[in-house]
Amino acid sequence: MKRYIYINDDETSQDLYCANRLSNRKYTLMNFLPKNLWEQFSRFMNQYFLLIACLQLWSLITPVNPASTWGPLIFIFAVSATKEAWDDYNRYLSDKKANEKEVWVVKQGIKKLIQSQDIRVGNIVWLRENDEVPCDLVLIGTSDPQGVCYVETAALDGETDLKTRLIPAACMGMDFELLHKIKGVIECPGPDKDIRRFDGNLRLLPPFIDNDVCPLTIKNTILQSCYLRNTEWACGVAVYTGNETKLGMTRGIPEPKLTAVDAMIDKLTGAIFVFQIVVVIVLGTAGNVWKDTEARKQWYVLYPQEFPWYELLVIPLRFELLCSIMIPISIKVSLDLVKSLYAKFIDWDYEMIDPETDTPSHATNTAISEDLAQVEYILTDKTGTLTENRMIFRRCCIGGIFYGNETGDALKDVGLLNAITSGSPDVIRFLTVMAVCNTVIPAKSKAGAILYKAQSQDEEALVHAAAQLHMVLVNKNASILEIKFNGSVLQYEILETLEFTSDRKRMSVVVKDCHSGNISLLSKGADEAILPYAHAGQQTRTFVEAVEQYSQLGLRTLCLAWREVEEDEYQEWSLMFKEASSTLIDREWRIAEVCQRLEHDLKVLGVTAIEDRLQDGVPETIETLRKAGINFWMLTGDKQNTAIQIALSCNFISPEPKGQLLSIDGKTEDEVCRSLERVLLTMRITTSEPKDVAFVVDGWALEIALKHYRKAFTELAILSRTAICCRVTPSQKAQLVELLKSCDYRTLAIGDGGNDVRMIQKADIGVGISGREGLQAARAADYSIGKFRFLKRLILVHGRYSYNRTAFLSQYSFYKSLLICFIQIL
Amino acid sequence: MPGSDSTAHKSKSRRPKYSQFSQQELPAFKLILTPGYVISTFIVVGLIFVPIGLISLFASETVVEIVDRYDNECIPKDFRDNRVEFIKNKQTNKSCTRTFTVPKQMKSPIFIYYQLENFYQNHRRYVKSRSDKQLQSKKNAAHIRECKPMGETDNKDPIIPCGLIAWSLFNDTYGFSVKGKDLKVNKRDIAWGSDKNYKFGADVFPKNFQVGDVGGKSLNSSIPLSEQEDLIVWMRTAALSTFRKLYGKIEDDLQANDVITVVIENNYNTYDFKGTKSLVLSTTSWIGGKNDFLGVTFITIGGICLFLAITFILLYVIKPR
Repeated sequence: MKRYIYINDDETSQDLYCANRLSNRKYTLMNFLPKNLWEQFSRFMNQYFLLIACLQLWSLITPVNPASTWGPLIFIFAVSATKEAWDDYNRYLSDKKANEKEVWVVKQGIKKLIQSQDIRVGNIVWLRENDEVPCDLVLIGTSDPQGVCYVETAALDGETDLKTRLIPAACMGMDFELLHKIKGVIECPGPDKDIRRFDGNLRLLPPFIDNDVCPLTIKNTILQSCYLRNTEWACGVAVYTGNETKLGMTRGIPEPKLTAVDAMIDKLTGAIFVFQIVVVIVLGTAGNVWKDTEARKQWYVLYPQEFPWYELLVIPLRFELLCSIMIPISIKVSLDLVKSLYAKFIDWDYEMIDPETDTPSHATNTAISEDLAQVEYILTDKTGTLTENRMIFRRCCIGGIFYGNETGDALKDVGLLNAITSGSPDVIRFLTVMAVCNTVIPAKSKAGAILYKAQSQDEEALVHAAAQLHMVLVNKNASILEIKFNGSVLQYEILETLEFTSDRKRMSVVVKDCHSGNISLLSKGADEAILPYAHAGQQTRTFVEAVEQYSQLGLRTLCLAWREVEEDEYQEWSLMFKEASSTLIDREWRIAEVCQRLEHDLKVLGVTAIEDRLQDGVPETIETLRKAGINFWMLTGDKQNTAIQIALSCNFISPEPKGQLLSIDGKTEDEVCRSLERVLLTMRITTSEPKDVAFVVDGWALEIALKHYRKAFTELAILSRTAICCRVTPSQKAQLVELLKSCDYRTLAIGDGGNDVRMIQKADIGVGISGREGLQAARAADYSIGKFRFLKRLILVHGRYSYNRTAFLSQYSFYKSLLICFIQIL
Repeated sequence: MPGSDSTAHKSKSRRPKYSQFSQQELPAFKLILTPGYVISTFIVVGLIFVPIGLISLFASETVVEIVDRYDNECIPKDFRDNRVEFIKNKQTNKSCTRTFTVPKQMKSPIFIYYQLENFYQNHRRYVKSRSDKQLQSKKNAAHIRECKPMGETDNKDPIIPCGLIAWSLFNDTYGFSVKGKDLKVNKRDIAWGSDKNYKFGADVFPKNFQVGDVGGKSLNSSIPLSEQEDLIVWMRTAALSTFRKLYGKIEDDLQANDVITVVIENNYNTYDFKGTKSLVLSTTSWIGGKNDFLGVTFITIGGICLFLAITFILLYVIKPR
């Protein structure tokens, strides 16, 4: 469903879409009671208790005072209802605060201060520095002459770095007055919850110069709940308002997770219910028989000779009422109560506070603590989870020469420093790519030092390294980029940025040297995304070797490459790129295809190696948890060699004589099938031996295995205690979790980045590391911890305590109920 | 979520306050069952329980008790095959004489009980059929809702005392004589004081009682309920189907080998439901009536404990782990 938004048109767009009125409330004053009761009664247990309570009102059959059931029932309902009401009231208050906030909006060509809830789709909203964005806007103007503004998106995705947002080309250079009168149409898809995508088009109406269709991406929008930073003012057109904003759409109620104990309790309840029915039938019949044969002889009881038919029901129903307390009415409430206490214990734990940032651990999901003790498989991410995600540039290989091999630090390698001073063109080019080909934003601090704001840790490391090697990225103003090299200032104009996606595995920029006017393409990316596209004459063997060598040391490698682009070629390609960027359907795929057309015949410059240290206590943690019988799988997007190296260094797998590593690879179905069968065979043989056998699989083979040989792979998954999956995409991670869950294993997924979110949400328990890659994973997770090593305490202490306590409480509840019930029956 | 800058400022407040509870470090104690602990506990328990048991048993032995079941014997030979008819027939002579010898000297007071078996005073329909309000005060005379099916007469007049319990009041009587001399039976102060003073009103007089369908004993309508002690005793319902209820007290000592003659008015119908009736004479000691159960239990538990203690000691000596 497409939207056509008429900018600044007070008549047409008024009532087409909802106003910017936030409402997260579940209830209103009027419907609270019926709605809440309805919700509570949709649970089977509550229906059962209501039935019992109603039966008790029939005084002929009730053996006890009806208050004994009605009292607890009403109390429990009141507790749940009060909690709901309190939550809802708080939501109402925060909604009200947001709705009544005052913002500047253009109405009839004049800027007016109105309440946030009166913003309509199509209105132009003005924001000043540090304002919160009231609804999803398409930028049309900023105070910056280049049309850039900075936003902090922490509330949206948890990432704390500033992001640049651009005004669309059509609005570029419009002055302050004009922005009040601007008219146009924005074409965009209906509201959705993807905060990384916005595929729209903008067409300004005739009085304005440019009436071409101008593509809009997520880069041109500022979304609700972001903050405007480092920009004096900005204005934009409201496109999604109220509950239809991206944030509003994301806000869903997550599906409640059920723990093993909960499932057990449900089963037990069912069993007890059946037992109860049996007791009722047996004793009820016996009672009726006794009454008919014996009780009539007891003259002092004075039974009437004739009775209505329902008298037959009286004794069974009486027994039913007596037995009704076999099912403890309070178990849900008491379990909820103690579970929230377990969660508090996790929040309070001094031993799980990250010493660096002083962040305590946090249990977002309070209901599943005891499942921690039931975990059988842990699926862990590598970068940022096992490692610190603090990237340091260590080595590089430029044009076949290795730097940093002796000292372990390329920045201090004399050879490299000499090469720079002597002005070796390859080295200079290499450093230029390091400094230019990225999305890092340099920002000057008050003291004059340059701070780099980067979304990717690798890029930050590269830019820092380049700066230390005298190639300093100084300034980035929209499209002009300034670099200081040995005292001279070089300027580049960035023509296009071909962004990084996990499918492409590389990013490129097209830049124009402002001095010479030459256009060139600078690329960096994973080896398999760069080396195959090297131009025909170049020998890439040394680079392959370099990559091999570095990854065996557990370093992360990136290949850098460049090529010159002719003016004509660029112009031609640029048109295609523009077209692709303004498509509404399959934009990502189209762009990737167009990018491919430019990224070929690359001259490979060299390979960088970045170190990512292991976090403290990782090997010990893994060791202990494995002793506790928990199986580990490592799922990473990194290269196989790096992954294996890390796995070795953190006790994940044992070195050769004790352990054995089997690899599943192959490019075609047959190859994968054969190697899968081979591995499976070895695995079956070695299960009896005391040997650590692990298998390694890469993303490609995994894809095939999951698609065609699911059964064999599942068997392998069951046999293997350890597995390393490298080069896997976020959705494959989630698939693996699904696979293990389908074998009835309790899984725990731990990760820190946005690419782990899906696996974290899929797993029985998701643990997020509130690390340097933002808080996305921590937000999606059930538990967030500061460091990987806290996992040990989380599982072995909190999990065990919670499980024991829950088990004790529920067993005691049942015991108590049964005991009371038997006393009553007898 | 605050950015990395603000975390540094807030670091103090983000750290939760320390307490032993929040860190789950509260002192805890768990007894480890070492042989020493176990053996000494068993010995102590055994040494305490066995003497208590012996004392209880001894006290119980000093009690002299005479039990005489008379429900069969008090049916004339002609009616042995037709007991129900005999008991229901108002014309038959229900008097019956029983004699028995006193085995040991019995010191006064000697308590007289009647004992019924297979009589369910705890039947739900029966036990609920009374009106405590009505029993308590004159003004609640019409309070008969709970008394069904024995709440009112056929003319819709309320029965006082109403209900099945009162209606089925035990109506056998006993007359005692030793060596041709009548023994005086004191029937006062056989009910609980609290019942007489509070639960049964001094201004409530029987009315419409045992009119029409007669169940058990009739009451003298000129005596208030608080002084109808047989009724008060009967209305304190028994929990089990075999029970004794106090009939009266003999305040003379009985010597060993005295022959007691009892003239029983055998009126109460236990034949319908195959119940039994017995007459019980018993003295008391500090432990109450004759009851070996307590003593036997104490001795058994104490004995088991001592036995286990000895076994453990032997095991510990012969085959320590």
